[in-house]
Amino acid sequence: MSAIGDILHLLITANLWQATLAAAILLLLPALGGTISERSGVVNIAMEGMMLTGAFFGVAADLAWHNPWLATGVAMLAGALMAMVHAVVSIQFRADQIVSGIAINIFAAGLTVFLINRIYGLQDVGHVDQSALLPNINVPGLDQIPFLGKVFFQQNVIVYVALVLLVLTHLVLFRTRLGLRIRAVGEHPQAADTAGINVFAIRYGAVVTSGLLSGLSGAFLAIGISNTFVPNMTDGRGYIALAAMIFGKWTPFGAFVACLIFGLGQAIYDNNSIIHISPYLLSMLPYLLTLIVLAGLVGRSIPPAADGLPYVPGSE
Amino acid sequence: MNEQAGLAVEMRGITKQFPGVLANNEVDFSVRRGEIHALVGENGAGKSTLMNILYGLVHPDSGEILINGKTVQIAGPRDAIGLGIGMVHQHFMLIPVFSVGENIMLGREPATGPDFYDRARARKAIAELTKRYGLALDPDARMGDLPVGLQQRAEIVKVLYRGADILILDEPTGVLTPQESKDLFAVLRDLVKGGKTIIFISHKLKEVLEISDRITVMRRGKVVGHLITKDTNEEEIATLMVGRAVLLRVDKSPAKPGGVALAVENLTANSDQSVPALKGASFELRYGEILGIAGVEGNGQSELMEVLAGTRRATGGQVLLAGRDITTMDANTERDAGVAFIPEDRRGTGLVLSFSIAENSILGRERTPTFSWRHFVLNLIAIRNWALKLVKEFDIRTPSIEVAVRNLSGGNQQKVIVAREIGTNPKVLLAAQPTRGVDIGAIEFIHRQIVRERDNGAAVLLVSAELDEVRSLSDRVAVMYEGRIVSIEPPDTPEERLGLLMTGGGSSPSMGRRPAGPEGLEA
Repeated sequence: MSAIGDILHLLITANLWQATLAAAILLLLPALGGTISERSGVVNIAMEGMMLTGAFFGVAADLAWHNPWLATGVAMLAGALMAMVHAVVSIQFRADQIVSGIAINIFAAGLTVFLINRIYGLQDVGHVDQSALLPNINVPGLDQIPFLGKVFFQQNVIVYVALVLLVLTHLVLFRTRLGLRIRAVGEHPQAADTAGINVFAIRYGAVVTSGLLSGLSGAFLAIGISNTFVPNMTDGRGYIALAAMIFGKWTPFGAFVACLIFGLGQAIYDNNSIIHISPYLLSMLPYLLTLIVLAGLVGRSIPPAADGLPYVPGSE
Repeated sequence: MNEQAGLAVEMRGITKQFPGVLANNEVDFSVRRGEIHALVGENGAGKSTLMNILYGLVHPDSGEILINGKTVQIAGPRDAIGLGIGMVHQHFMLIPVFSVGENIMLGREPATGPDFYDRARARKAIAELTKRYGLALDPDARMGDLPVGLQQRAEIVKVLYRGADILILDEPTGVLTPQESKDLFAVLRDLVKGGKTIIFISHKLKEVLEISDRITVMRRGKVVGHLITKDTNEEEIATLMVGRAVLLRVDKSPAKPGGVALAVENLTANSDQSVPALKGASFELRYGEILGIAGVEGNGQSELMEVLAGTRRATGGQVLLAGRDITTMDANTERDAGVAFIPEDRRGTGLVLSFSIAENSILGRERTPTFSWRHFVLNLIAIRNWALKLVKEFDIRTPSIEVAVRNLSGGNQQKVIVAREIGTNPKVLLAAQPTRGVDIGAIEFIHRQIVRERDNGAAVLLVSAELDEVRSLSDRVAVMYEGRIVSIEPPDTPEERLGLLMTGGGSSPSMGRRPAGPEGLEA
């Protein structure tokens, strides 16, 4: 009884919702990446690995140069490189895209631990100075609005960037020529090819974009929310993003709604000190929600028709 | 060569080797400007490869291509489009979840601002095109909601939008009703009048004779004949295509119908989408006759066959096999009762593609005492002998019975199914699309087998999308429309009348009325 009361009490605090949005954004970036990749017909479950790689290289670059912007760029590049591996393997060599994705995730986990030992010795990479972190920005004026000001206008810079990217992704996918072509390639690559669209170029572009976005999310995690890198610090968020993408029926705003739900679970867990429920139980919350979603309780969602199918030119 | 100025397309010495197959062997092919040129040949003759080369989807090993007299390099569809070549593919290159407009525009979309898709301009461009060529289309309809005839029309408009002067149509009538085919031909004639050149790929000889000016015949990767349409006939083309004289008409004696084998009464069933597809079909099938079901695909024929075969559950009505109620029997029990089924989807439900011919030849009968010991251990020797017998008897062309059926040609795959189903001397044979995608030579053979079964006293129910096949093979024709048998006609009923009945016209009874054929089905 008191536990429910605690949660209800928690739900009316602005802190909780501020944390929810931040946690949701962390998931939203790779979810947008996955949406773009799968809309072009390449199944991408490698967001976890791309995020983790981005987080590591973001921290490493920030420790070296003390510049969060440069570090974020490096993180995105690292994510994009991992994505390129997935692209070459699954587009060029038509390998199984699930297997390739799993391989990248395992590879990323191993690579980052290996590099920690190589570069920094042992397990500790050291901490990034406060001044070299991605800054929190309070929007002048708006941040003073009661409740909403704290939730929406006292956030990390990446949160604002991600919200812009959310709108941008939606517009590109559903309002532009490029988006029409991306979706055409994901639905029926033969039709796109015969219409003179370069299927391979679109797919490469889409997969690499998913790497850039996942890398950005990794940077947000490591040098925005945290200030260091620890092994496996993404903690399955790439997979939760995958669930959000499916939950969102492969649309940016749908994915955002899903991310908010998962983010809320995360935020409740993070604030568990004031709830009298075992933190171990609460820590299951985001994953439990993911399982429920993936088990299809939210209704069947239909992926792009050619999702996961390699394109062989001239085939039927 | 002296006529070069008048040639829209000239392909010289085209050779293309695929692993294990010489798809095109020194092929010379030329099309005059403003003509309808038919390219005919059996499956695997190399027609599609040749056209894919012309459209840039496949690159030849050697040979050259001239468009309007100029040598060109075609590296991809973009180059082909740039040269004014457009292709309407056999399997439509359409995206069902996109609108008609988006499908037509794809690849050459009008844009506004940074890169925004300009719906208004797209709509205007389509309206102009459809008006100029008299091809009415709603640009905002969802493509997947349109009937195939209109989808094909969208494909043609798509090609015209790209400024094509040379149109390649790959088996364009395969999915059309007779009326839709007629409409298509009218459109094609108009296009030629408007200065377009058309290459028409087909294996339906009647159509080729009706629509084309000249004909090129291919067999096994080579051009084996150039014909002028008005100076040739079906037999000559068929002989060139197959390489031997072919019997185009089915040679059969009048049926000697016996007692009622299947009595179907008010049968209803749902489609895969759980909507009623079979809405009260009633008919009788007698021993020793072939009853053909004519109908536009998707009017409940597939569901009817599956219910009769026991692979789909009926929602109402009754099926009597020689007086015994078999409505709710599963496939296995039906087989035991003597019902054999040639399913329409040979690769999906007819065969296990990765299994050998021998294994496929006993599918569904693997538990019978002939092929197994106590339903449990396969009797490999018996299976082997059985498969060898079928391969010989049904002329299945294969190096051995251990070959995976995946590696057989479509015609030989179909023969495996036909052999398996007919090989057990069934009482009732359900044949759905028994010759779809099968070569003329194999069609002739399968038709003979079906007629032989009838003459042996079996009751045959035939469903085919090819009206010609239904008319030539059947002893009676039942027309199916919207899940009901709307009429029973003699096989020599004019195509026009059948076409009308198939689309809900003619003397078809209105909703709810019981069908009564001219032959008086009610015994």
